[in-house]
Amino acid sequence: MTTATTNQAEAPLLSGRHGLGRDLAALAVILVLAVIGYLLFPNNLALLTRIMAIALLVLSLDLVTGYCGVATLGHAALFGSGAYAAGIAAVHFGITDPLLMVAAGIIGGALAGLVCGVVILRAHGLPQLVLSIALIHLFHEFANKASSWTGGSDGLAGIAPDPLFGIFAYDLWGRTAYVFAVVLLAIVFMFLRLVVRSPFGMLCRGIKEDPIRIQAMGGSPTIALLKMYVISGAVAGVGGALNAVSTQVVGLDSLSFTLSAESLVMLVLGGTGSLFGAVTGTIVFMLFEDLVSAANPFHWLTMVGALLIAVVLFAPKGLYGTVAEVLARRRGAGR
Amino acid sequence: MQTIFSIAVDALAYGMVLFVISIGLSVTLGLMRVVNLAHGAFAMIGGYIASYAARDLGVGYGLAVLIAVFGTIVIAIPIERLLYRRIYGRPELTQVLMTIGITFCIIGIANYVFGPTLKTIPLPPSLQGSADLGFRSIAVHRIFAIVCGLCVAAALWYAIERTAFGVRLRAAVDDAAMAAALGVRTEVIYAVSFAVAVGLAAFGGVVGAELLPVEPYYALRYMVTFLVVVSVGGAGSIPGALAACLLLGGIDTTGRYLMPEFGEFFFYLAVIAIVCVFPRGLAGRMK
Repeated sequence: MTTATTNQAEAPLLSGRHGLGRDLAALAVILVLAVIGYLLFPNNLALLTRIMAIALLVLSLDLVTGYCGVATLGHAALFGSGAYAAGIAAVHFGITDPLLMVAAGIIGGALAGLVCGVVILRAHGLPQLVLSIALIHLFHEFANKASSWTGGSDGLAGIAPDPLFGIFAYDLWGRTAYVFAVVLLAIVFMFLRLVVRSPFGMLCRGIKEDPIRIQAMGGSPTIALLKMYVISGAVAGVGGALNAVSTQVVGLDSLSFTLSAESLVMLVLGGTGSLFGAVTGTIVFMLFEDLVSAANPFHWLTMVGALLIAVVLFAPKGLYGTVAEVLARRRGAGR
Repeated sequence: MQTIFSIAVDALAYGMVLFVISIGLSVTLGLMRVVNLAHGAFAMIGGYIASYAARDLGVGYGLAVLIAVFGTIVIAIPIERLLYRRIYGRPELTQVLMTIGITFCIIGIANYVFGPTLKTIPLPPSLQGSADLGFRSIAVHRIFAIVCGLCVAAALWYAIERTAFGVRLRAAVDDAAMAAALGVRTEVIYAVSFAVAVGLAAFGGVVGAELLPVEPYYALRYMVTFLVVVSVGGAGSIPGALAACLLLGGIDTTGRYLMPEFGEFFFYLAVIAIVCVFPRGLAGRMK
């Protein structure tokens, strides 16, 4: 047990030495993938943009579930709050600059993160899960009721973002939105790599391993987790705002239990506790969903179920985690 | 006065149906420590089988209930052997994912086999209509649901508190390793409790079909409700589950009657308040 913990703690420290190189490599991978996506699906950029918005949600879920060990089935609350904050800013206050809308999303998401964090972190285990489920339903009902602000079940329509920097208008093909999304995702990804490697990120990992020990060492688990929840809310808020800017409408489904559960599935599919895993899971899941649900939406549910069971049974570390492990083992054998 | 009375009857009937379905989840959660989100799916399977037996095969209501209960158990046994066995003792996140996966599969298959429409279970004439209490009349089916709930509660209380099986069950809940060392065959206890839990879920699904209509998304729609009830009541406690069901059933029904436009807002607000005040449930025995 002790050796396992030390090994896990050492691994990020070692990689931290080569951190800058890996950061640049990650940035390159994201940009190359973005270019490939643009070339492969020039007529389906809206899907790719949505994938990136959801990837931001899954990254933010990874922060609390993968790095802090908080099990939540209500993370779409942060995403939806960001989306509604950006949408309401645009529709009711006339703030239609895309960057300001993203800022509104960040603030909305962070506030929702604070509220959810305060409630969810009061409990552990099953009650924690139940609290998160109750919260997402509460947010959903609230958005449904406050229809003069949110448009209720019709959705908040009429969001018309200004051209980006006053130059690049949002066109029918979604090219501007796509580039905007790629840049946002890249910036957030780099920022999160810094957060995860920082002493604060290490503290959160320590809390996941053993909260009592962290407390004995003078750390405060609840405060640290709450901070992480607010950061996570801001990231999810960016994703929500991006979704609002690119689709120009915010629906109640962005605050749904289904989206929360799906984002958890994506995270686990890719692999928890790794930023690459979160992005991998989102891309694989969303592309797969687009393919299968176009054929038959009900078989889609059966497929997701079977996929989940298979991942839990055969690849508990997720796609990225399993591949990374195999590669590491092969490299170790080669030496 | 009229409104209060009808709210009370509906709340009682709803709470009892919730109790019958979720007590099985409470027992498996307390005993095997499995967060079984697929529990609602078993209730749904029961409803589907009863509907098929009563409408397409034309058997009586009582027989349809029996077929539903045993049919669901037969379906559940291989699932338990193949899938649940592997997640005993694993972290909660793993259990949640596996059981959500099972739920999704069952929904997809039910949709494929029975179609997306709502299924009804025809009631026998003796359960239709309403009974006159002198000052007020209430639907016989509501009384039937309440009586079923009370019978299940009494039978479970007797089985757990007064029989030899109950003694072994309680020993296994408190300390499975110690019970096994003393000669209790815990795997038999686990298998029997799982079967009983699934059977009760199916029974509740059939009896409650008037209040919780049977359709493919049943499993997903009420999954949360059942889990919430068990968590609020405290896993593995019959009085706790009963109290939680009546309390939450009352809040939900009152909210729907008096402020229908707010939907389930008050239900979830109450859940958050209760879980924050009693983190281990009303009768918390978990750990």
